[in-house]
Parts: sequence; structure tokens; C-alpha cells
Amino acid sequence: MMEQLPWLILLLPLVSAATILFVARRVPNISALLSTGSALVTFVMSILFLGFGDDAVVPAYPWLWLGGTLEKGLVLEIGLQIDQLSRGMMFVVTTVGFLVHVFSLGYMRTDDGKARYFAGLSLFMFSMTGIVLANNFAMMFVFWELVGLSSYLLIGHWFQKDSAADAAKKAFITNRVGDFGFLIGILLVWAISQTVNFDRMETFFAGNPEVGSGLLAFAVICVFCGAVGKSAQLPLHVWLPDAMEGPTPVSALIHAATMVAAGVYMLARVAFLVEASELAAHVIAWVGGITALVAALMALQQDDIKRVLAYSTLSQLGYMVMAVGLLAAEAAMFHLFTHAFFKALLFLGSGSVIYACHHEQDIWKMGGLRKKMPLTFITFSIATLSLMALPWVTAGFYSKEAILAAAWHESAPLFVIAGFTAMLTAFYMTRLVLVTFFGKARTEHAAHAKESPPVMTLPLILLAIPSVIAGLPFFYERVQATAPEHHGEGSMLVLAASVITLIAGAGISFWLYKGASEDPLRIKLLARKFYIDEIYQGIIRVFQDGVATLLSIFDRYIIDGLIAQLPAYATASIGSILRRLQVGNLQGYAFLFALGVILLIWITLFNT
Amino acid sequence: MSFNLVEIIVFLPIVAALAILVGSPARITAFIAAGANLVLALFATLQYANVTESSGASYYLISHRVFLTHVTESGPISFLSLSFGLDGISLTLVLLTVLVTLAAVWVSPPESKIRSHQRLYYLSSLLISGGALGAFCSLDLFFFFAFHELALIPTFLMIGIHGHGKQRVRTAWKITIYLGVGSMILLAGLTALVMALGGTTLHFEAMQAYAEGLSPETQRWIFLTLMIGFGILVSLFPFHTWAPAAYAEAPAPTAMLHSGVLKKFGLYGLIRVAMPMLPEGAAYWQDLLLVLLLGNILIIGLVTIAQKRFDTLLGNSSVMHMGYIFLGIASANTIGFEGAVLLMFAHGVSIALLFALCDRLRTQAGTLEMSKLGGLAKSAPAFALLFGMAAFASIGLPGFANFTGEVSVFFGSFLKMLEEPETGIQALQIAAMLAIWGVVISAVYMLRAFRAMFKGPAQEGLALTNPTIFERLPILLLVAALLTVGFYPESLMQFLRPTIETLPAIAKISF
Repeated sequence: MMEQLPWLILLLPLVSAATILFVARRVPNISALLSTGSALVTFVMSILFLGFGDDAVVPAYPWLWLGGTLEKGLVLEIGLQIDQLSRGMMFVVTTVGFLVHVFSLGYMRTDDGKARYFAGLSLFMFSMTGIVLANNFAMMFVFWELVGLSSYLLIGHWFQKDSAADAAKKAFITNRVGDFGFLIGILLVWAISQTVNFDRMETFFAGNPEVGSGLLAFAVICVFCGAVGKSAQLPLHVWLPDAMEGPTPVSALIHAATMVAAGVYMLARVAFLVEASELAAHVIAWVGGITALVAALMALQQDDIKRVLAYSTLSQLGYMVMAVGLLAAEAAMFHLFTHAFFKALLFLGSGSVIYACHHEQDIWKMGGLRKKMPLTFITFSIATLSLMALPWVTAGFYSKEAILAAAWHESAPLFVIAGFTAMLTAFYMTRLVLVTFFGKARTEHAAHAKESPPVMTLPLILLAIPSVIAGLPFFYERVQATAPEHHGEGSMLVLAASVITLIAGAGISFWLYKGASEDPLRIKLLARKFYIDEIYQGIIRVFQDGVATLLSIFDRYIIDGLIAQLPAYATASIGSILRRLQVGNLQGYAFLFALGVILLIWITLFNT
Repeated sequence: MSFNLVEIIVFLPIVAALAILVGSPARITAFIAAGANLVLALFATLQYANVTESSGASYYLISHRVFLTHVTESGPISFLSLSFGLDGISLTLVLLTVLVTLAAVWVSPPESKIRSHQRLYYLSSLLISGGALGAFCSLDLFFFFAFHELALIPTFLMIGIHGHGKQRVRTAWKITIYLGVGSMILLAGLTALVMALGGTTLHFEAMQAYAEGLSPETQRWIFLTLMIGFGILVSLFPFHTWAPAAYAEAPAPTAMLHSGVLKKFGLYGLIRVAMPMLPEGAAYWQDLLLVLLLGNILIIGLVTIAQKRFDTLLGNSSVMHMGYIFLGIASANTIGFEGAVLLMFAHGVSIALLFALCDRLRTQAGTLEMSKLGGLAKSAPAFALLFGMAAFASIGLPGFANFTGEVSVFFGSFLKMLEEPETGIQALQIAAMLAIWGVVISAVYMLRAFRAMFKGPAQEGLALTNPTIFERLPILLLVAALLTVGFYPESLMQFLRPTIETLPAIAKISF
């Protein structure tokens, strides 16, 4: 029985989604409770999970076996891997997932598509659980695509809004670009190691350290493409900020805490691959580092509360990816773990603010909310401090320090980038809190804002707890077993760096934005996100749509012309020439007949 | 005279078509015939599952009626025979055919709504179905070819008479002449093959036995001819331009049956005849085939993106998806072949599904111009949901059969690299990597189309109605088929695996 429990945790949300779809769709409140109930059960089960040993064996089921019998041939199975990594991740997914479900009960209370929304959430929980528990690349890819689907559905929840419909489409397609590489990577790794199963793959690479280095690097970079798409790293980051078109609880769950972290989780799962290829590791570290920096720069000048948080998420994901590339996957997972709580809290807090301000998202149209929404303000501030890595008392401090330490040991330039990014983080978060919660209310809506109902503030309070303590060993080790070891030498310097960057960033920001009613900085390049979206649009217009139009003309006139029209025309012409021979009177045919006879006689007589 | 089950399955639609011709009520007759054939095919599947466990033969449920014999020194051998039989591949295609036929008859409008030639409307669907079934079940080269030709005639009539656009007669002629030329080239190739094998038999198994001795030179030229002949029938790039316009013009049941079922004939021919009998020819032309199939996936994929109307978009997408099936065949190993056949089934069901939904859209909205549509999910959410499922199936979302097929094809194309690590990345793998870009392309055009038609603000005066339960059933039948194979591929793989394992001249897995 116990070994079947993990299957339950996987299938329950699917059952919930299917029940809503087929049965409960017309009764939104039942749908909502069903979905929330299933989230609660999986949350409880994931806590039970923590008691599982590493040797817990879960029976696997073959899904598709190709080219031979089960013993010989390629078997793609649905199998679960219950180890320290997946247990910790399940804890994050189900905790944040459950609280977001509860929050949504309030936030989406009056929404027309409530049943559809909760079905989407359940579908997401199912897909995400599948990624986390997958014991092989093929299964992970299956669920990887399914989270893409649920993300598509939830971003586009308000499908009648053009911006939401476009954002959903953009997210799916951009992820597909990453998956293009991911799938090639999976196939190449399979071709190299003869297996898609993670354990067997690890054994293989442990036994064959010299295996095809150039090819392996290529394969690992291809696999990494999947993470670039899902975890929105440069250059495929463009979908995540747009994904904020989805309902805010969705942003908290999917686009901050869990799904976007799936890329990092996947890399941590195959950390042995990253270790096997130095070149790939460098690429990964630098892509992560650059994303962390660039996204933080973009966050500086955003005015939409959710977009600031979105770019902040990009930046933090960049940290995690960088840590994987620096061969410190446990530091990456540690940061993933703490970040999930405080970033989900920030998003839910922003949701509470948006809800109170009648769906206003521009921070310059808020202000002074501190007094009106004390619970939201306090919890939001706690999460902010955790993100800014306030030393010793916040979770974010411990995990960020682990990454900074890894950078310090491996690469000086990346350490500088990471430190500078930390300063930018302190800067834009201070700005966000000052402009939103302090000063005077700048609009009517902000002036009349009221604290959100308890169903929404309770999840905030509950998330504030891990935002503080998740970095402490007594909590962390219970879930993730081992915290990354503290590097002795240089740790003082790392600590100093975090403190200095925090003070500098927050200080400058405080000085600039205290009591400001409009932005004293106007950096268009940053506000417009380095024009990357515009550049991509140009590229798509020219290299996809332009080429497509040209090819379609080419297809219609040249190919069809050469292969169909020209022979048809030639046939018709020859036909009309031959038709002249059909003169239609007897003398004519007699003449041609005679001509033929003479020709035959000629040939017979003179060719022998 | 007793009939074998497969014979009944093949001839039931044809007999029903004749009955309609002489006055039997068209819709009811077609409905009963299509429904009965589905039941019979499921029954055949059960029987097949029972017999395959015990024996090791390649075909089951065989019938054999000799028409012409060839007298040799060792006695007369059958030259031409009406022989039917099933193996895993033909069984899969039979299931595809009966499913799509039932759905096609179901979504056909009632007689009172058809302009003219009401009988022909139903008769044609049955004839196409019977022709396809005959081709897929024949063990004799002549009937394999002849049944396919039989199905082309109603296709021509349907497009010409019941087509949608003003160009329908021209389109009907174009597809007919184009496919006629393809058939002629194919006939030339098949004749050459029969002659090269001694000209003593047309039976597949007997031909296969002679095929061992063919010289590589002979194989090359015959294979090339067959590849072009079959290729034209499957819209292999650059011989595809007949397809999109024809599917856009064709009435829904014809588009469903032709693109979903009949088009698979060429692929089936490659798998059944060309590849196993001419393996060296296939190896020789592999690179050419890879280039052409990339034309299908990348060039036609981009052409699909440029489409403004949903029906031509579907027509082009159907051409594009053939590329993946060709890729599976080009891999020439068991995994690739399994993927190819799975994908033939998956594509057949999903494109038929999309054409059925597209037809409803055309009837209700009055246009398929995507810029003129929008926000339809508001007025008809259930329809939008079904449409979305079909769209996501066609872009290979896991859970639908299309993903199962595509992923198998991709694994198949990397198998050689795994088995011979020293060879590194070869042309086949490069082609596969480029082909995988197709997953992005198809997401682009499908999601754009779905976005344009169903999302965004609802257009003034534009509303759809949700289909009634009765109208939903054929759609759900096809969706259920896709989901079944998607979630439980073994439903088809249990039949495919043993057959493909024993196909001659296909690389077997060895790791």
C-alpha cells in the first residue's frame, strides 16, 4: 500500500481536473472545493512523503515500448523517483499549491470561468507533480509539455482580452522553442548512454567519464535549452513577463514558485550530466549569470507591480541556473526552495493589493496602502526582506549566500555579476515597497482600498513563516536533508558583499523614492526592456512570417507551376498539335495512312 | 460460398454503396454500413488478438480466391488472386478507416440539406472507405493498386459536384489528373518490380520471397519510381500542390476520408512493398527522401503559417505532417516504422477530426477567413473545447496519439547512432533535428489560428451554437481514439510490434 501512495499524489489532481471537466463544470463552487480539496490531500501526502526513505521502491509501468520486448528494446515508462530531491520539491509544490488554491477561493470568487480556472489549477498540479516525480527523461518531457498546456490555459484564462490571449500563445510557443532543443538533447543523451532512465544514466556516466566530449557538450547544452525555455532564461525570457496577464494566484504558483523553477529542478536532476561536460557547465553558468543581471536591470524601471516581480523572478532564476552551472546544484535547489515561498508570497501580496485597488496594477496609482492593508503590508515586507537577503533573519539570505559562495569559489566575474545583481535587487524591491505602500494615496481606488478577506490574508501569513525560517537548518534539513556546506575561506567576504550590496541598493533607492509621486529616474532603455521584444517581433516578422509568405508564393507559383502547370500545359500543347492531325475527313486519313505505309516500307527495306 | 471476415469488411461499404445506388435510403444505409463495419473491425481485432498468440504466421484471417494461375515446370502457381489478410499494420489502418468512415458519414448533412446528387454524397464516402479497406487488406499487388484507384473516382466526383468554392471543378480535375499521373508512375514502378521478380506472381508474400535476388542496380531504379509514385499520392514535397486546395474545396466527409485515410495508401505501399522488397534501393535514396521530407516539414510548415484561411491551413498542415511519417520510414528500423504507423493512425484521426470541426465552423460562421472570426469560445465553449483538443492533438501534445507517434519516430531516427556510436551524427540524425523544429512551426500556426478564431473579443453578430449530444458523438469518437492510443499506446502496439519485428529488411533493435 505504502508504495502505491506516490501514485495517488500524482493521479489525484488529474482525477480532480477530469471530474471538473466532465461532471462538476456547471457548479463552480463544487469545482473550486474539489480542486482545493485535492490540493490539500496532496499537501498532506507530501508531508508524509518526507518520512520515506531513499530506498522506497515504487513500481513503474511501461507506457510505450518500442522495437522489441520489454526486456530488449526501448521502454518508455511512467515511473516515480522518490528521493531527497523530489521529496523536497514536492513539499514546495504542494505547499505553495495548496495555499494558492485557498487564496484563489477569494480572489476568483466572482469569476465567470471559476470552474475552468480550478480545473486548470488541478491540471497544473498533476503535470507539475509528474515532472517532479519522473524517473526518466521521456516521462519528464511528457509532463514538461503538460505544464506548458496548463500554463497556456491559465495565462489565457481571460481569453477575451487580446493581451491575455496573445500572452498565452507566446508562452506556449516560446516554450516550444526551448523544447525543440530539449527533445534533441534527450535523444542525444539516449543515443550516448542507451537509456532515458536517470539512475541508469548516472551509472553510465559514472562508468564512462571519457564518453564523446564534444557530442556530450552539445547534448547537454540541448538539454539545457529546455530549462532556458521553461525557466525563462535569456534569450527565451520574453514570455514570462507577458504571462502576468494570467490571474495573480496563477502567477504566484506557476510563474514564480514552481513551474518556472522546473528548469532548475530538471538541471539539478541531471546534475551529473552538467558535471560531465565542462563546456556545457560554463555555458549554463554564464547564461544564468547574464539573465540574473539583465533581468534585474529590466526590473528597475517597471511600473506594473506584477511585472517588477516577474523580472525579479527571472533574475532569481538566473541565480539558480548560474549555481547549477557552477556545479553547485544543491545551492540552486536551496535557493529554489526559499525563493518559492517568498516569491509566492510577494505575488499573492500583490494580488491582494490589486484586488483591493480594483484591478489596478500600476504602482504609481497606488501609494499609502501600509495603513489600509496592514496584514498585506507586513507579509509583503517580510517577503521583500527575504528577497533582498537581510542577513541572518530571512530565508533568502542563506540561500543567496550559498550561491554567492559558489560563485566566489568558481568564477570571479560571475561573483561580481551576482553581487551587483543583489544590489539591484535591493534597489528595485525598496522602490516597489516605498511606492506601493508608503507616501500618500495617489488615486481614488488606492485611497479607498481595504484589507482583503481572511481567505486571502491567511495564505499570506502562512507563507510568511517559511519566508523567514526556510533557510534555517532545522527546517531545511527536514525537507531537503542536507544544506549546502558552508565554505570556510572567503565566507566572510561573501557575507560582507551581501551586506554591502544590500545597504547600498536599499539606501540609494530609499533616497530616490522616499515620498516620490513620480519616478525620478527615467531610463527608457530599461523601461523598454532593452527593446528585446521589439527586436524579436522584427525577427519573427522577417524570418518567419516574411519567409513564410515568400515560400507560400513560391509554393503556389513556382513549385506548382513547374511540377503541375508546366507539364499540364505541355501536354495540352502537344495535344493541340496532335489534334491538327485529326483532320476529320476521309481523304486526310487516307493520306496519313498511306504516308505511314510508305514509311514502314522504307524502314523495312532500307534498315535490313 | 462462404465469406471471410476481412472480405466482409472490405465489401460491406461497397455493397452498401450499390444498395444506395439502386434506391436504398442513403443516410440510413450509409450509417448502418459504417456502424456495422466498425463493429466488424473491432470483432476482427479481437479475433486477431486471439490467433496471434498461438501462431507465428505473418498474416491472419486470410482469404484466397485465385483468378489467374501461372503454369511452371513445378506446377501451376497462382498469379493473380483476390487475397485478403491482416497483419498488425493493416489492422491498424483498417481501424483507422472504419473510425473515420463512421465519423464522416455521421457529420454528413441530412439529405434534405444537400443541393443535388444526395445519393452520391453518401455513396462516395462508402466507396472511398471500401477502396481504402481493400487496398489496406489486399495481399495481392493488383488489387492493392486497383482498390486505391476505385477510391479516387468518388473523390473526383465529390469535389467536382459538392465542393465549396467556385473553383471546384477545376480543383477536381487537378487532383484527379495529378493523382492519376502519380498512379501511372506507380503502376510503371510496380510493373517493373513484378517483371524484375520474374513476373510469376502478384502475391506479396511470394514476391517477397523472390525479392532477395534483386541486384542493387535494379532496386535503385525501381525504388525511385515507387518513391515518386507513392510520394505523389502522399503529397511528398514537391509533389504536394494538389492537396491543400483539394482539401479546402472538398466537402467535409471527402476531406476527412481522403486526407485521413486514403492518403495513407502511399505510405502503406512504401512500408508494405517498397521498403521490404527493395532495401538497397531504399538505402541508396535515403538522402534524397530526407531532403524531400524536410521540404514537407520546414517549407510547407512555413507555408502553413502564411495561410489566411483555416481550411487551406489544415490542408497544408496535413502535407507538413506527412514529413514525420516519411522520417519514420526513412529510418528503416523497427522503432521508426512503429512510429510511422502510429503516426499514420494518429494523423488520420486527428486531421479527420479537424476537418469535421472546420466544416461546422464554415457552416455556422459563414467564413473560414481567420481575420473575420474571433471570440467564438464565448458563444460555444464546448465546441471550442473540442476544437482545442483537436488542435493540441495535431501539434503533438502528450496524451494524444500524435505525440506517441512523433516521439517514436524521433527515437527511431537516433537508433543507429546508439547502436553504432562510432558513426556519430549522420544525415538521418541531422534531418531529424531539423524536423523537430517542426514542433515549433506547428505550434505557431495552430495556436495562432485558435487564438484568432476562438479567443479575443467576440465579433459582432458572430455566434456559434454548441453541438448537440448527437452531433458531439462522432467528434468524441475520434477524440477518444486519439486519447486511447495516447494514454495506452499498447492498444495498437500489441499488434504492430510483432508484425514490424518480422518485416523483412528492416533494422532490428539489438541493444
